[in-house]
Amino acid sequence: MSLDKVDYSQDRGLNYEENLLWEKEHSEHSGVDFPDLKDTPTRTGMDMRDDIGLPQLSEPQVVRHFVRMSTWNYSIDHGFFPLGSCTMKHNPRLNEKVARMKGFAHIHPMQPASTAQGALELMHELQNWLAELTGLPGVCLAPAAGAHGELAGMMTIKRAHEQQGNAHKKIILAPDSSHGTNPATAVMCGFEVRSIPTAETGRLSVEAFKEALYRTDEKGADIAGMMVTNPNTCGLFETDILEISELLHAVGGYFYCDGANFNAIVGKARPADFGADVMHINLHKTFSTPHGGGGPGSGPICCTEELAQYMPVPTVIKGDDGLYTLENETDRPETLGKLKAFQGQFGMFVRALSYMMSHGADGLRQVSEDAVLNANYILSQLSDDFHAPYGGQPCMHECLLTDKKQKEHGVSTLDMAKALVEYGYHPMTVYFPLVLAGTMLIEPTETESKDAIDRFIATMKGIANDVREGDTEKFHSYPISTPRKRLDEVKAARNPILRWKKD
Amino acid sequence: MAEFRYTKDHEAIYVDGGVAAVGITAHAQDALGDLVFIELPEVGKTVAKGDEIAVVESVKTAAEVYAPIAGEIIEANDAVVDDLALISNPVNDNGWLVKLKIADESALSDLMDEAAYDAYLKEID
Repeated sequence: MSLDKVDYSQDRGLNYEENLLWEKEHSEHSGVDFPDLKDTPTRTGMDMRDDIGLPQLSEPQVVRHFVRMSTWNYSIDHGFFPLGSCTMKHNPRLNEKVARMKGFAHIHPMQPASTAQGALELMHELQNWLAELTGLPGVCLAPAAGAHGELAGMMTIKRAHEQQGNAHKKIILAPDSSHGTNPATAVMCGFEVRSIPTAETGRLSVEAFKEALYRTDEKGADIAGMMVTNPNTCGLFETDILEISELLHAVGGYFYCDGANFNAIVGKARPADFGADVMHINLHKTFSTPHGGGGPGSGPICCTEELAQYMPVPTVIKGDDGLYTLENETDRPETLGKLKAFQGQFGMFVRALSYMMSHGADGLRQVSEDAVLNANYILSQLSDDFHAPYGGQPCMHECLLTDKKQKEHGVSTLDMAKALVEYGYHPMTVYFPLVLAGTMLIEPTETESKDAIDRFIATMKGIANDVREGDTEKFHSYPISTPRKRLDEVKAARNPILRWKKD
Repeated sequence: MAEFRYTKDHEAIYVDGGVAAVGITAHAQDALGDLVFIELPEVGKTVAKGDEIAVVESVKTAAEVYAPIAGEIIEANDAVVDDLALISNPVNDNGWLVKLKIADESALSDLMDEAAYDAYLKEID
């Protein structure tokens, strides 16, 4: 018998194939012996059915199913994960140790506040840290993730305009480099979005901003606010942000700051000082709580004293008696209300505060400095091999490259991203931001050692070198060593199979 | 007189008898990559210049198609929704998305002709 012909399992090496639970053989047997329930009356008055075809499996079958599938994952715990604007940083295991302490792990949100003083104190402390780091004193921890934080922030702005009799303010300005969630959130809140073109510097220009600000009203009376990420998605700090925010404030608009890129400036610049009125913080990015399959996320918002009355409830407050309580609608009648059940992702609060306190103020500042240094190191090493737009100027925490040089040889950003998968890396963010063609946005974070970054640089240089030398054919079929080869993304999008059906 | 016109947002327009057939240029298709979805507007709607009239979505991104000129939408090309590859045909063939009855033909002079569009493509490269 030739060993090559053995193909019973379709497994290769220690890569396991795995079908859906429904596709497993499971006709007449089960892991548990239930009594025959066919003629048993149900409490809901419905008949028992046995035609649903639920899989009947034993415990080891089910355990193997999920463990096998878990081996298909790629995470920051496996290796380098340079996804731009996503801050895929290491979640220190100290966070996990603290989050698993009984008092935190077993607490229930409906427990009386008097029995949860420690947890409330922790939330109050986290609010203080976020207020200090952003310069924005009003903090609501409740939003469940980044986009939810954006929604909470924009609803706060909307509420403020309504309460102040400015319902005619309808327009939100957003740079064309902004995260897609920004315009989507503004529209969801009933605003109209006006896009501001990115200038040749890769940043907002005062001229372009003024043009958009006064386009339909010479006094800008119809402007409700703007949504700006700083540093922006080209990895550049908005150097005119102070002048821009002053112009915006002069027409009565509010500045929503997208906190996705906060890791670049923690402890270095406070968003309130460059004019932000409200911003969300991704605890799961900047403050190391797990994401990318390991979540959940957590997206608190911070806002000015003025906007704090309108933001969602609850907020943890400390009474004169030293006791912590949750402030709700009756305590703060101007609030837009509640956006999330209970208090938010408490487990993430524990991890984020552990991260903050274990680093301290100076440690957090160094985190930002190291993240920026790492991104600039990559940029400087790769800017001969890849096109670095906007003059290849120094960046913040993420660097932007494009496929302009490789495209001439027929190799695109998508091909190179697939090659990275072949070479054992999670690809960077591709085709974003949308302001240029074939963009690759690389964010190493402070997590990576110089060794790890040097290996990534060598891989990228190797790709550029192969393309230069005409060894391009393979790039169209990569990846080839993965359990699944190059996927037909167009077919998957055009004819998605979203539900398993029995034959 | 029938003629082709273009916009800076890479809409391609074929004007014939007061009707503009609007699609997207080859450059736009190349930048977007393979399309996976097209959304067309309701027929009978009146649009101003710059209003969104269609959405084209690729694996990379989704892009809006804007009305290059004010007018009334008199036809939507349902065939291209069913067979997305048709978009690669010229707009005066079956690669168009929407047909607009032009409100004011003098506004056509704001749009680029082929030579001007080619020069614009070189400029933005």
